[in-house]
Amino acid sequence: MNMMTAEIKTVNRFHPLKFMMWLGIAGMVMLFAALTSAYLVRKAQGNWLEFRIPFIFWLNTVIILLSSVSMQWAVKAFARYDVKKYRLAITTTFTLGVMFLVGQYFGWLQLDEGGIHLTGNPSGSYVYVISGVHAAHMAVGLLIMLIGVLRAFFRPLNPNRLVNVQVMATYWHFVDILWIYLFIFFQFNLA
Amino acid sequence: MSSEVSNPVVQPVFTGDSTHHQDSEGEIHENGHHEHHKEYFFTKYVFSQDHKTIGKQFLITGIFWAFVGGLLSVIFRFQLGFPNQAFPFLETLFGKWAPGGIISPEFYYMLVTMHGTILVFFVLTAGLSGTFANLLIPLQCGARDMASPFLNMLSYWFFFAASCVMLTSFFLPEGAADVGWTFYPPLSGVKESAPGAGLGADFWLIGMALFIFSSLLGGLNYITTVLNLRTKGMSMNRLPLTVWALLITAILGLISFPVLLGAAILLLFDRNLGTSFYLDKIFINGHPLDHAGGNAILYQHLFWFLGHPEVYIIILPAFGLVSEVLANHARKPIFGYRAMILSMLAIAILAFIVWAHHMFVTGLNPFVASVFVLLTLLIAVPSAVKVFNWIATIWQGNLRFTPAMLFCVGFVSLFISGGLTGIFLGNSALDIPLHDTYFVIAHFHIVMGVSAFFGMLAGVYQWFPKMFGRFMNNTLGYIHFWITFVGAYMIFWPMHYMGLTGVPRRYYSFDAFQSFNMFGDLNKFITIAAMLVFFAQLLFILNFFYSMFKGRKVTDPNPWKSNSLEWTTKINPGHGNWDGPLPTVYRWPYDYSKNGDEFIPQTVPYKPGEEKLHH
Ligand code: HEM
Ligand SMILES: [Cu+2]
Repeated sequence: MNMMTAEIKTVNRFHPLKFMMWLGIAGMVMLFAALTSAYLVRKAQGNWLEFRIPFIFWLNTVIILLSSVSMQWAVKAFARYDVKKYRLAITTTFTLGVMFLVGQYFGWLQLDEGGIHLTGNPSGSYVYVISGVHAAHMAVGLLIMLIGVLRAFFRPLNPNRLVNVQVMATYWHFVDILWIYLFIFFQFNLA
Repeated sequence: MSSEVSNPVVQPVFTGDSTHHQDSEGEIHENGHHEHHKEYFFTKYVFSQDHKTIGKQFLITGIFWAFVGGLLSVIFRFQLGFPNQAFPFLETLFGKWAPGGIISPEFYYMLVTMHGTILVFFVLTAGLSGTFANLLIPLQCGARDMASPFLNMLSYWFFFAASCVMLTSFFLPEGAADVGWTFYPPLSGVKESAPGAGLGADFWLIGMALFIFSSLLGGLNYITTVLNLRTKGMSMNRLPLTVWALLITAILGLISFPVLLGAAILLLFDRNLGTSFYLDKIFINGHPLDHAGGNAILYQHLFWFLGHPEVYIIILPAFGLVSEVLANHARKPIFGYRAMILSMLAIAILAFIVWAHHMFVTGLNPFVASVFVLLTLLIAVPSAVKVFNWIATIWQGNLRFTPAMLFCVGFVSLFISGGLTGIFLGNSALDIPLHDTYFVIAHFHIVMGVSAFFGMLAGVYQWFPKMFGRFMNNTLGYIHFWITFVGAYMIFWPMHYMGLTGVPRRYYSFDAFQSFNMFGDLNKFITIAAMLVFFAQLLFILNFFYSMFKGRKVTDPNPWKSNSLEWTTKINPGHGNWDGPLPTVYRWPYDYSKNGDEFIPQTVPYKPGEEKLHH
């Protein structure tokens, strides 16, 4: 009746889903490494417009950091099957995530008003495109999190799904750290 | 089987093992094989999550693309072999693309661009890795399926979507992309630059983006499965070289494909939203475009950062398949198993630090170039180790010349021929005159194109019985091999001489050049050889589909007397691969002709006192 023993011995230490997430992160790191290297190569060439990144990006950085904290809180709550806390934490994370995205949008508007357009000197284009590709990663994360939020309210907590929540949290922390990296990168290279 | 449940700490719930299909409630169905479930046509053959079926889907889609890609080359060879000669049937077939029966320059460029794209990415990447990673990784590691069968299925359907987009682009009014498979801006960045630089190029970029997602999803699964789901006793140093090769291939793809995606994103912005990442001041018909301040060479850096690893993504699976088949049909242990793995790892690492050897003529600083020369030539060392080991493996072997074996021997021959010209090109001083000539065409078609095809064909002949429970026809296989082998040399060998005299690649016609006219007859010869080889591939396709339904049935579950695990399953294994518990592995897969035993499968424990051939 039981087919699984042999496999279980081989499925060790690291859950395959988590492992896959880390591999995926390696791929995403390469994407942003490529984009930011392109930025540096182009910058070294000269004819490079310098400007300050919009103030709202600072605010967004705080928001996304907070969302990572609440995400961690959500994982803890889930692990203790504390439904109430989990609901609160996951919804908070989701809301902060949405706020971040809206904030980025306002950041782009602010840039545009300041005369830094998507087209024109590539130094501006790079900021739009790199932060845009990052925002796309956030949006995908939010879509997946939305499923988590809905489940939190309409389904009982299922211990088997802890790993899914953990993997989602890993992704979320990754896009958070990614943003911090990009933010510092822009700070150093623009002003 | 209940004796298997001896381990009390087993916690089935959190294993996430691929074979326990987790439904939306997270409940786990504890069965390796699916036969208990009702299987519907759609879930079994179309939206299947069985790695074996997905492998076949990749293979058949790959064969379709190989047919298309090959046909495109036959058509453009018409122009090169018989320039300005009218073939009315071409007009009948292609209408405005071949007015008066003569291929138009725009059509010519579309054909070469799509030929390169299709063969490099859709056939030799997706078709090759997709087929054999799917088929062999779980079977040879002893797993019931991939780590995530669902993502694995998605990987195929992304490939399918990419295929649809690429195929549709042929039917656009301006035609498919025609700016070269490497898609260099500014040509590819400016929509007005060529007919196929318009919508066709956008389709190409979207098709490639989908393709990249497909490769990445596949790769995540391949790596995770090899590293996490090996059966008991299957340590990394007992893995067949096929699995090692496919693992390293997937790692290369995971690191390099995102960079191509980045390059494509920037290009899409330049093309459609007016940014200037790659485009600088450009005039079209005397009118300036709005772009300013871009750097076109930057694209080449990004492209070749993928592009060079990509050539190894193509050849490594062939390395693996060839090593496996050679040892099996030579009835000898693979020579230098460790060295084979280490050389693949060395090649994989070097693959990331040699990309600028494609850019020696871009004004690269000569000091920088010299570093790339050195690193490039270093690749010859592990490549030579591999060649030496293949030859040593068949040396004094008890050779069985099946079609699969012949293709492997052919592979080694081609890989040597093409590798040697790589050493010419790796020297910047030689590359500067040879770059963009037919010498490069000869080099990469022999070392990559044809070689990888040979590895893939060897794989198909060898594992066809595992895929379909039937054999392919041998006689057709031999005819296929000899025409392809001799024909490939007839096509590409002369191109070296053309390249050495400076005949440039990517030219529609050489009429205007006195010095290249002398190659007129040679070009005719090449075109005829190409048609012959294409015809031989049709024999293969015929053999493939005929044998799928009508081939001789396999009666012995291990028809090649092989040691690896895939032959310990039933002839036609169901989803889950092994009916009973998973096999346990006691030895490496290359115990051939040992102590009087012709072969010893990996599942056979060591006899008392038996010496280990391998650590
Ligand atoms: C000894 C090993 C090799 C060396 C030193 C080498 C070197 C080179 C160099 C320097 C070029 C650039 C030529 C130019 O554009 O001017 C080149 C082109 C190329 N090589 Fe190799 N190569 C080697 C093996 C391989 C292998 C194993 C593959 C594939 C499996 C491969 C595939 C290609 C391809 C596809 C191109 C041309 C792409 C294009 O421009 O369209 N090479 N090689
Ligand atoms: Cu290269």
